[in-house]
Amino acid sequence: MNQFETKGRTLTFNIFRYDPQEVGDKPKIVQYQIEETPGMTVFIALNMLREHQDTSLQFDFVCRAGICGSCAMVINGLPTLACRTLTNTYPKGEITLMPLPGFELIGDLSVNTGKFMRELAERLKLWLHPMSEDANVHRLETPMSPEEAAKLYELERCVECGVCVSACATKQMRETFVGAVGMMKLARFELDSRDSRSVEDFYHVIGNQDGVFGCMTLLGCQDNCPKDLPHMQQIAYLRRKMAMAQV
Amino acid sequence: MKLIYTDSLVVGAGLAGLRVAIASKERGLDTVVLSLIPAKRSHSAAAQGGMQASLGNTVKGMGDDEDVHFQDTVKGSDWGCDQDVARMFAHCAPKAVRELANWGVPWTRITEGPRQVVVNAEKVTIEEAKDAHGLINARDFGGTKKWRTCYTADGTGHSLLYAVDNKAISMDIPVHERVEALALIHDGKRCHGVVARCLVTGEIRAYIGKSTTIATGGYGRIYEVSTNAIICEGIGQALALETGVAKLGNMEAVQFHPTAIVPVGILTTEGCRGDGGLLRDKDGHRFMPDYEPEKKELASRDVVSRRMTEHMRKGKGVDSPYGPHLWLDITLLGRKHVETNLREVKEICENFLGIDPAKEWIPVRPTQHYSMGGIRTDKTGQNPQLKGLFSVGEAACWDMHGFNRLGGNSLAETVVGGMIIGKYVADFCQENTLEIDTGLAELFIDKVRSEIDDLVEGKGTESPFVIRKEMERIMMDYVGIFRNGTELDKAVSELQGLLKRSRDIGLKCNKRHANPELVEALRVKRMIKVALTVACGAAVRTESRGAHAREDFPQRNDKDWLNRTLSSWPDENALSPELSYEQLDVMKMELPPGYRGYGINNAIAHPDTEKRELEITQILSELDEEADCHQKQNAIMPFEVPEALMAKNERLSDKLNESGRVQAVRGIAK
Repeated sequence: MNQFETKGRTLTFNIFRYDPQEVGDKPKIVQYQIEETPGMTVFIALNMLREHQDTSLQFDFVCRAGICGSCAMVINGLPTLACRTLTNTYPKGEITLMPLPGFELIGDLSVNTGKFMRELAERLKLWLHPMSEDANVHRLETPMSPEEAAKLYELERCVECGVCVSACATKQMRETFVGAVGMMKLARFELDSRDSRSVEDFYHVIGNQDGVFGCMTLLGCQDNCPKDLPHMQQIAYLRRKMAMAQV
Repeated sequence: MKLIYTDSLVVGAGLAGLRVAIASKERGLDTVVLSLIPAKRSHSAAAQGGMQASLGNTVKGMGDDEDVHFQDTVKGSDWGCDQDVARMFAHCAPKAVRELANWGVPWTRITEGPRQVVVNAEKVTIEEAKDAHGLINARDFGGTKKWRTCYTADGTGHSLLYAVDNKAISMDIPVHERVEALALIHDGKRCHGVVARCLVTGEIRAYIGKSTTIATGGYGRIYEVSTNAIICEGIGQALALETGVAKLGNMEAVQFHPTAIVPVGILTTEGCRGDGGLLRDKDGHRFMPDYEPEKKELASRDVVSRRMTEHMRKGKGVDSPYGPHLWLDITLLGRKHVETNLREVKEICENFLGIDPAKEWIPVRPTQHYSMGGIRTDKTGQNPQLKGLFSVGEAACWDMHGFNRLGGNSLAETVVGGMIIGKYVADFCQENTLEIDTGLAELFIDKVRSEIDDLVEGKGTESPFVIRKEMERIMMDYVGIFRNGTELDKAVSELQGLLKRSRDIGLKCNKRHANPELVEALRVKRMIKVALTVACGAAVRTESRGAHAREDFPQRNDKDWLNRTLSSWPDENALSPELSYEQLDVMKMELPPGYRGYGINNAIAHPDTEKRELEITQILSELDEEADCHQKQNAIMPFEVPEALMAKNERLSDKLNESGRVQAVRGIAK
């Protein structure tokens, strides 16, 4: 089994350190060394570093299982989930960790994705707008086609990790750009037969340069998405829908 | 002093907390939710398998109803649960599932006609009814008579949490993120809110509310290896305990899940076995039928976990650098099934083990998973000792799980409990006034401040990380799946030593704002107290019930132990909790204690059991012959839920009955 095969080599971690609340603190890279253990992930390594070498090191993890989306960071140049990144994927044993760009920095590797996602949800109204409010919970539920349910679930698997936002050149250049996460979520509601919003409603929110027409199709979102969500396909789908609605 | 006041204060933004917040806001109450992390990152997201609700849509669920769900839950609890609560729960579960569908959950739906499933390692074809097409589907789970667990592939918790959080956002409910509650503000009779610390700026605030609802999840992280998210540290329970007034219930009831991956302890859902996956030993032998010929892999969780441990003790485990493990085999389900219905499992196997579960077996072993114990509440979710303190979800001992929880009943409890208790919380807020005693708030703020001063400026020498590791090891080694007096006593005395040492913690990083070491120090002191309630409760309970298995007392002893353990913390200098016991009244039970259906029936009977059985026979014989199941149930053990939830649940079988077609559908079921 792969996880047991790693030999105890010495790993070098280059970690971005900066505490924006500490007066006079300047961003820097600090180097740490640690002995690799079998099955070691970046989650395990960072916790060991904090326990044994520097108790002030800031980073975020919650589920440590690739489910919650808390721990996205830039590892050797690519944004990804740190919890499920095995250290043995780096043959040279050198690992550089940077915080996700595009989000408010809390400190070191910790960024405020939660605040970003909540504001995005409020801006784009990312919740189900039901056809009718009087659905009765005591009666038999309204049937839905099994295919539709499966499709919705496929689009709903986003964990709001922020990787797509950090990997998007448009977003880095234009603060107001919605980014793949927002469009993916809108596409999910557009598809939902229970949602009362029309294509025109969506057009008002993302039918502009900050939305589907601002995307430069550089594929950073889709290439790096840890859940392999079909971002480009959904952006193209929304774009087509809106273009057609305007004809 | 920064003081924030509201009507309904909720601590914890997982499914249970958010559902209570929604219920408060629906009533027009001012509502504030506190959370360590963004709401959508809560541990609720990790629930893969699904939630139980007796919809009875699928052919394998035909004939299911509240009665069967109730019986499964009571048996699953090993008669340790509150039967009134189990009734309230079973009655409201279908409503919660349907409500969630209205809020956007894309529940997996039924496709009419034949489909192939794996039952007992064999491929079987079942045929779903035409009328069921498009209704909510259900899968099989351990300890349930019917296929009752509603799901969205294996991302049910994720789907539910996102829908419920979206609903909360749409209602403009504020969630104060990255805020940690550190003390309850109370006057010995009434709870008035919490003192909390902002994890980013270090600011200390008082949050005052008419009601304070603790929904902070379980305490799995007092164990070394746990399936729980790293935020499930039992701080909510610790806050209640530290009041010295509020009591915790059944803290020794800790469940181990049979199939977490080795070594990291990440869960693979029970859906793996529900969908037909098998457990195998080092010889590839499927051993569960040898121990549990009837239920096999789908015996209840505590039973499967113990059988696995027994089998490994016989030398049948697979050796690994992390100790022995067994195999979970889902290869027989086929690639398509694994890649659609068990996709999270597939991702976990790929990312953490580097294996393809459609081709290879998964290394698993039982791992700490769920805490049935928690803040003791009455049926309305309120703590009997501190008025205005409510608790819900895994944080609470509302007590529908007793000494063992069935798979699919935890996710269900979060939303069903939240739905019911949320209404009682709202009632409480409407019936009571806000009491703001700034002097009292100041007192508790000062206490938290001086605790932080001592840590930051003090001369302590102990490391919070070292103490924490010690605690986790003690719990794992001595308070695990099988327990005995000698080891439990050792656990208690070692934890007491740690508690003393924890009073001498010193920090290397002295920041007062974002400082992970300070956070760890504040938590570990509290966690050890929680660990002590578990170890002490387990040491005294000289019987085996559900997940609490004593090697030296293998019988379930209804005669002496048909009760709930209550723990309180006598004073700040104490080294152990004060234990007391709350009796369960057999004469009020709808289902008197009986055989659970696993292994040998070795329970020592309660003297009232026979009496109650006769009484129930008598009650039923006096009823009108035409009496339906609801009337019978009401005659034996009437229960109440808030008026808005009292209505009966409609089922497909009712519809089919009306059209005279139920016989035909039942025919398919056979």
